[in-house]
Parts: sequence; C-alpha cells; structure tokens
Amino acid sequence: MASMSNLSFAMPSTTLATLHPGEIATIVAIHAEELLHQRLLAMGFRSGKQIELIRKASFSGPLQVRIGTTDILLRRSEAAKITVCKA
Amino acid sequence: MKRVALLGMPNTGKSTLFNRMTGGAARVGNWPGITVELLSGKILLGGDMVEIVDLPGIYDMHGFSDDEQVVRHFLHDNVPDLALVILNATQIERQMSLLLQLKQLGMNLVVLLNMADEAKKFGISIDSRKMSELLEMPIFLLSAKYGTGYPEALQAIGKALRYPTPGMAEQLRSQLEQDEHIESEMAHVLKHTVQIPARLSDSLTEKLDRVMLHPWLGLPIFFAVMYMLFQGIFFFGQPLQTGVNDLFGWLRNAALLPLLASLPAVLQGLLLDGVYNGVATVAAFVPIIILFFLFMAMVEDSGYLSRAAFLMDALMARLGLDGRGFVMLLMGFGCNVPALMGTRVMRSRAMRLLTMLVIPFSLCSARLQVFVFITAALFSPKAAPVVLFSLYLFSFAAAILTALLFKGRFKNNEPFVLELPPYRFPTVRQMALRGWLEVRHFLRRATKFIIAGVVLVWLLTHLPSSATPASSGTLAGMIGGWLHPLFAPIGINEQLTIALIFGFVAKEIVIGALAVIYGLSGEALSGAIGQQLDWVQAYSFMLFTLIYTPCLATIATLHSESKQLGFTALSIVWSLALAWLVSFVFYQGARALGYY
Repeated sequence: MASMSNLSFAMPSTTLATLHPGEIATIVAIHAEELLHQRLLAMGFRSGKQIELIRKASFSGPLQVRIGTTDILLRRSEAAKITVCKA
Repeated sequence: MKRVALLGMPNTGKSTLFNRMTGGAARVGNWPGITVELLSGKILLGGDMVEIVDLPGIYDMHGFSDDEQVVRHFLHDNVPDLALVILNATQIERQMSLLLQLKQLGMNLVVLLNMADEAKKFGISIDSRKMSELLEMPIFLLSAKYGTGYPEALQAIGKALRYPTPGMAEQLRSQLEQDEHIESEMAHVLKHTVQIPARLSDSLTEKLDRVMLHPWLGLPIFFAVMYMLFQGIFFFGQPLQTGVNDLFGWLRNAALLPLLASLPAVLQGLLLDGVYNGVATVAAFVPIIILFFLFMAMVEDSGYLSRAAFLMDALMARLGLDGRGFVMLLMGFGCNVPALMGTRVMRSRAMRLLTMLVIPFSLCSARLQVFVFITAALFSPKAAPVVLFSLYLFSFAAAILTALLFKGRFKNNEPFVLELPPYRFPTVRQMALRGWLEVRHFLRRATKFIIAGVVLVWLLTHLPSSATPASSGTLAGMIGGWLHPLFAPIGINEQLTIALIFGFVAKEIVIGALAVIYGLSGEALSGAIGQQLDWVQAYSFMLFTLIYTPCLATIATLHSESKQLGFTALSIVWSLALAWLVSFVFYQGARALGYY
C-alpha cells in the first residue's frame, strides 16, 4: 500500500498519443527534432501549457488537440514525442 | 441607484466575486453604447440599493479587441459611481498596468487583490497598506473562493460610494474619447481596405466537427462532399466548355476561313489547324480552371480542406502523401491541370512533387470520352460499365504504385502539424480573385507551350505535303512505323500508334484523330474499329491511353509548377514506361490465357 500512495504522489506522466478524447493534460516536455520542435513551438506547444485531446481520426489517423483557443492536428508518431502529465 | 462596475483581466476570479456579491440573483441586460449583453445584479449595501455590473475581462484599457471596446463604450455611456478592480495577486506584477491605466482615467476605484490564498502558497507577499498609500486608493487582499477579506472589502465599497468624486464623469468621457477617435479611424481604414470572412462561432464549429469528423460518418461525408464538388464543377463546366468550343468554331468559320482563303493550303492548314486550334485548346481549359478554383477556394477558405487532411491522413501517410494530396488526386479525375496547380497548398516541396507525380494518373474527363467511345465499339452494353469501372481501378492502382515507388526519392521531412481553423464563410471576392489569378497564371505559363505542341503535331501529321494527312506517308506515319516494334508486343497497330501521338496533345482529340486516320466518323468509325480490333487489343490501347502522359497542358503545368525540367521529364518517361509495362503484361497475359 505504501508504494501505491507513492505512485499517486508522483506525476503520472505519459505521452500525448496515449490520451483519450476529452482528457486534459499538462505538457511536461517535448522530445522532438529541430524542425518538428520549431513547428510545435510556433503552434503554442510549451512545457507547462494545458492541452486537451479533442478527437482521434479512425485507422490510427492524426489527433486533434486544443491549446488555449487554438486547435491543432498532428500525427500520432509526433504526439508520441510529447510527454504530458494528466490533470 | 448607484452603479458599481467590476473590472479586471480575464481569469482573475471576477465572475466568482460577482456571484458572491449578488448571491446568484443576476440578470442579463442590454446597456446603451454596446451591443453585447452584460450580467448585473442589485444588492443592498450600507442601506442603499447598488447595482453591480460584470464587465468583460480585459488586458488593456486602451486596447482594441472586442472586449476592450465594449468596456470603454460601457464606461463612456454608463459612467459608474465606482469601479471595483479585481487583480490576480499571483500575477500582480503583470496586472498592475491595468490598475494604473484606470487610475489615470480619474475613476473612483476600490482594488481587490484576489487569490490571496494562492499568492501566499507561492510565497508572494504583498503589503496592501503600503500599496494603498502609494497609489492613494483603497486596496484589499481577498480570496473570492473562500470569502476571506470579503466583509472588509464590502465596507470599503460602501464608504467609497458615499463620497462621489465631483466632475468624474466628464473627465472620464473626455479621456475615453481619445481612444474612440482611434477606433473610428481604425474602423474606417479597415472597412475600406480589408475583407475578413465571417467566422462561425466556436460552439457551432464544434457541433459541425462532431458530425464532419465523426469516426464513422466523417469519411462517407467527405466522399459525398467531394462527389458534389466534382459534379458541380462539371455540371457548370461542361456547358461552358462546349460554349467556348462553339465560339471558337464559329469564329473560325465566320471570320478566319474567309480571311485566309487566299493563302496556300499548307499555310492555311498550319494557321487554322495548328496555331488556331492550339489557342482554342488553351481557351477550352479556362472555364474549368476558373470553376475548379472557385470551388477549391470554397473548400480551402471554409476550413474544410484541413478536415479532409485529418480524415484521409491515415491512408495517405503510408503513401508518403498527406490528406490534402488526396483531395487534389480526386479533383484530378475532373481535370489534371487545375489539380496540379492546386498542390500549391502544400508547404513541403518533396511531398508536393510526389503528389504532382501521382495526379496525372487520375482518369480525367477527356480520357473518359475516349474510353466511352471504344468500350461502346467493342463491348456489350452489359459489359461496358464493368470495363469503365475497371479502368478507374487501374487509375487508382497506378497512382498508389507510383506513390509507393517514389516516396523514398521524394522523402517528406515536413512534420504534419496543422492548425485546424474554425469554419468560415468564404467571401465571393476572395473566390473570384483566386479563379482569376489561377487562370492568368495558367495562360501565362502554358499558352506558348501548348500552341507549339499542337503546331508540332500538325506538322508531323501533315508533312510532307504530298502525303495524305495522318497517313503512313507522313512524318507521324513514319514515326508510327519506327515505333511499331515497340507497340506490336502490346497489341497496338500503326493507326492506333498515330492516334496516341495525337493523344499527346490532348485526349479530347484522339477520337477525332482516329476519324482522320481511318477516313471515317461516328458509327462508321466505331464499326471499323470494332471490326479491326479484338477486345484484348482495345483494352490494351485503353490502358496505355489511361496511363501515359495525359496531355500537353498537363506537361506544361508540371513544368511551370515544378520549375524543373528533370522532374517534368521524369513524369513523362515514368508514365510512358508504366503504360507500356501494364499494357504489355495485360496483352501478353490475356493472349497466353487464350483470349482473342
């Protein structure tokens, strides 16, 4: 039981790609190569920002996420490079 | 009755405080000077009834966002007796500016530093009494959530309301008017110079997306939208194209023929069937390009193109393309030329080139004319639709194969991260402008090339002048003869080879070329072809026609869009090679299986 309570204290961090529609999380880190990193920054991805997963396309298609008032599409492979912690 | 306005930046807990003050007994009301409704509530304060109004959260008293203008107009037309300023204590260093701006306006102020509990947690300590002294106004720490500091604040409000500031309203109005001058000047300049499409509200966008991007319904709706676009372009385009053709035919007979009658026959033929036909070929594309881009502008500006990308990306990513490429590929089934031009929406050059390599395999309406004629001549009415459908399948297969083979060469390293805009209404002006610009671009880039090509084919099929046009005695006939060893293994005879040379210019003229070559037309021509060819040869000819270079206009566009001779050559050579290979496999395979 002690380890359980330890777990709940630790931030349950995961990647953006594993969130479910409707879930809200906070961006912890972005592990992307230069080009993708720049593009993500331009779209408002910053660590500490809240991000909501709106929906996932069928057949392992892209994700629709929301940061503030901006909606963004990105592929799952790219979302897997963004570490988030569920709210 | 005295009036108190709640002012502050967004997310300062202003509404929480408002609810606490009014006890939830608020009403929505209209106010002079503004068009949005504001919440207000009446409370008993120190023996008097006071009306509290919740104003939209703003960052800057002199800003020009909608909310900032609403606040200014409200203050101008409904000067409050007191402004209750709510600041977020945890962000005090960023929010102080708004307070100082309000102070400058000379308003009667009481300041509440909200979220005092959180500020304490972050280790931020604020000396509210010292701040009060420096700013010369009552300032209180408060937690609207827990209610601490609330009674003191109410008391201060009651006190501040008892002593009205003389001349405050006039001073406030005259100060606010400076910003109103800027507003009206800004509105004037914007009105006459900028057009912004009307935007659907966020909640409506969300509702629409719930249907348009639905896991199961999204794709069927996408295909229905594409089908309607496609039908729309051709419903309006076909009559226009016929009209342009008729106009050019009429001009030729009424004006050019009599004018050139005195010239020698060869020169007359060169000018009329070469140069003039080239001009007419170019002109025939104009209505289709305009319509295509009117519709594309609608799809793009409405925000649907990004949604199509969302829906189709799963499949297209495997082909090295993206969802927008699929829209262009589908549009290519109408006409390849505008579809190629439409790839300009892609930012990644590699992906754009790959899409441009794939689009020419889309079975366009011109090729369909050839196939309808040949299937009618060689297949039973029952088999004909199946044959046509199989050609569409080959068209998709050729596109997918090409994408798979070349995706390594045109490697896209552009990340797929797109903004999903809200739905908007495209403006008519924007659409018309797009159509016009694209046509001008096409005319500038492609006209010379297409006319030169048409003239060249005319020369090939009419020189030497001693030979019958398009016969084996002409240059084209000789080329057909040389190429025969290449075309015999795929079941295409010399006459059809010459027709394929014509087909290089445009597929629309293949049937006309066959009429010239066979010296027959209409029913007689289809009868003769039906007699001379068996179905295996005919299908092989159709496969070759489907896959090899669609037309001169497509080549001209490939070149003008890629600005690369090498890429244009690759597209031509690859499509010829693939056409030959597919026809060869089909023809030899069918023969080996005993089909004659």
